[in-house]
Amino acid sequence: MVRRILPLVAGLLWAGSAFAADYSLLNVSYDPTRELYVDFNKAFAAAYQKETGKSVEIKQSHGGSGSQARAVIDGLQADIVTLALAYDIDAIAAKGLAAADWQKRLPLNASPYTSTIVFLVRKGNPKGIKDWDDLIKPGVSVITPNPKTSGGARWNYLAAWGYAQKKYGSADKAKKFVADLYQNVPVLDTGARGSTVTFVERGVGDVLLAWENEAFLALREFGQDKFEIVAPPQSILAEPPVAVVDKVADRKGTRAVAEAYLKYWYSREGQEIAARNSYRPRDPEIAKEYEKSFARVELFTIDDVFGGWTKAQKDHFAEGGIFDQIYKN
Amino acid sequence: MSMQTGVVTSPKQLRSYAPETDVSVASPAPRVETAPSRPVAAQRNLRTEPGPVRFIIITLAVAFLSVFVVLPLVVVFASAFSKGVGAYLAALAEPEALSAIRLTLLVAAISVTLNLVFGVIAAWAISKFDFAGKTLLVTLIDLPFSVSPVISGLVFVLLFGAQGYFGPWLQSHNVQILFAVPGIALATVFVTFPFVARALIPLMQEQGTQEEEAAISLGASGLQTFFRVTLPNIKWGLLYGVLLCNARAMGEFGAVSVVSGHIRGETNTMPLLVEILYNEYQFVSSFAIASLLAMLALITLVVKTILERRLDEGEAVDGD
Repeated sequence: MVRRILPLVAGLLWAGSAFAADYSLLNVSYDPTRELYVDFNKAFAAAYQKETGKSVEIKQSHGGSGSQARAVIDGLQADIVTLALAYDIDAIAAKGLAAADWQKRLPLNASPYTSTIVFLVRKGNPKGIKDWDDLIKPGVSVITPNPKTSGGARWNYLAAWGYAQKKYGSADKAKKFVADLYQNVPVLDTGARGSTVTFVERGVGDVLLAWENEAFLALREFGQDKFEIVAPPQSILAEPPVAVVDKVADRKGTRAVAEAYLKYWYSREGQEIAARNSYRPRDPEIAKEYEKSFARVELFTIDDVFGGWTKAQKDHFAEGGIFDQIYKN
Repeated sequence: MSMQTGVVTSPKQLRSYAPETDVSVASPAPRVETAPSRPVAAQRNLRTEPGPVRFIIITLAVAFLSVFVVLPLVVVFASAFSKGVGAYLAALAEPEALSAIRLTLLVAAISVTLNLVFGVIAAWAISKFDFAGKTLLVTLIDLPFSVSPVISGLVFVLLFGAQGYFGPWLQSHNVQILFAVPGIALATVFVTFPFVARALIPLMQEQGTQEEEAAISLGASGLQTFFRVTLPNIKWGLLYGVLLCNARAMGEFGAVSVVSGHIRGETNTMPLLVEILYNEYQFVSSFAIASLLAMLALITLVVKTILERRLDEGEAVDGD
């Protein structure tokens, strides 16, 4: 019997693996974009085929933004990187894999979609969480991943800091505020998705600091009857950037299609895909169309408050930086 | 039994040393002399514990087993079938799932084959010959057991990564090792290397070199000696090592995770896909793949039990 079944199974397994497209791209991305790029890849492949008659197959790899950047540096053959923050692509560029001015090559800081940091709370908001100040109250348990390993966590941290600095007027007070906030964090997961699972699946914590898109996804997956999103009046404008990895694309001869792929983000269709997946579109028209899907939040940028990613990384998240100082105590 | 279930995934292999122990238990000489000198009452106490003690021990063992072995298994299968058989089969027929199964089988086939060859060679060298550095070699064989799998993976990143020792050369020659099948196979071979050698060394040492010497003195060539004398003697032990090697190769997570690159539908093995699907909230799909791995573990367990019986029978016959 085994002899009859084995070839059948083997045939099934190997069937379909022979499909070969004209171009094959590898997009190395971060955790929460899994669903987004399933949609986007399908749409781009169809549009590209229609325009040029060539078929393109896009492969995906997802993980923590920092470790994905590390993998590309170590030789993961990514034609495109779409990571959580500019600093991670800077690290790739620093090794000579991408041009130093990568962020100037595409409009809007090479960030075709944006997001922000919001709160996901349990249904009915039992702890009455409305604003950042509610997060440092005693007895409120906050879930956020580790800023050392997670891009999303860094946005969370910087959003809290930016809010406090604007409200209380000094960096010292902001430091105190953020230190108090992390006192309320019982567990630091390594990635944004891990934190979501901790909050949603394991039922730990009163509030999850999350990417807006990630919070919406949790609502869609687990139902509106269990959680609700609270948008704070102020938060940070998170700009997840995209770039072509020049060295890889040139070697594989995929530069043209890789550039077309990223440009497609700025098209009407691309912007709509972003909006449908709860990323904030940048095109003003599409943004207006989807206005009702997103809460009104006053957004500050990392350049305004922190003087850019490189400085923020060095001051806050480097070895012995402010995060190390406050989390030890 | 609880230990045996653990054995499938746990590197600390107790049973692979067992043929030795079995033989020493079976060898009758010392046992016969000491037994009569022991007081009869003490002996009886050793054989039958008081009722309550027995009850407590057995209850504890069964409770432990249920919580740590049976319950998780039940949960895996219950979650996998929670939306019906249709959803289960659909989850397994997904292109990403098929690709993961394919890759896992391929990597297991490569690593088992390589470890079979090198394991036999290493065990042969260690058990049949004396040479300088033999102890060192024995220790080195055990190294993959004592190193954390993550480190095993990182070693290959340091060697073959673009920033590693051979990385630039490999890249200029367009050879992709890391984040592709060769890297995954290498990491798996490294992690599973000790299984075959460890299963064979005690067995071959026990058997000694007499039969081989006899064969050679009767005019057999080296290869003839190996295939006609040595191989039949070690076949059950060899199968046993291969089985454990295969189970670990298919289940390895840590080392493979480091070198995989997580390219969907290309470099994700089954254990990696289980985690990915779980993180995507696709619980049925995740547990469906997990159930396949669990089934593999169960089959391994059954075959292992059969092999152990064969091994023991072989020992009993050879021992006299």
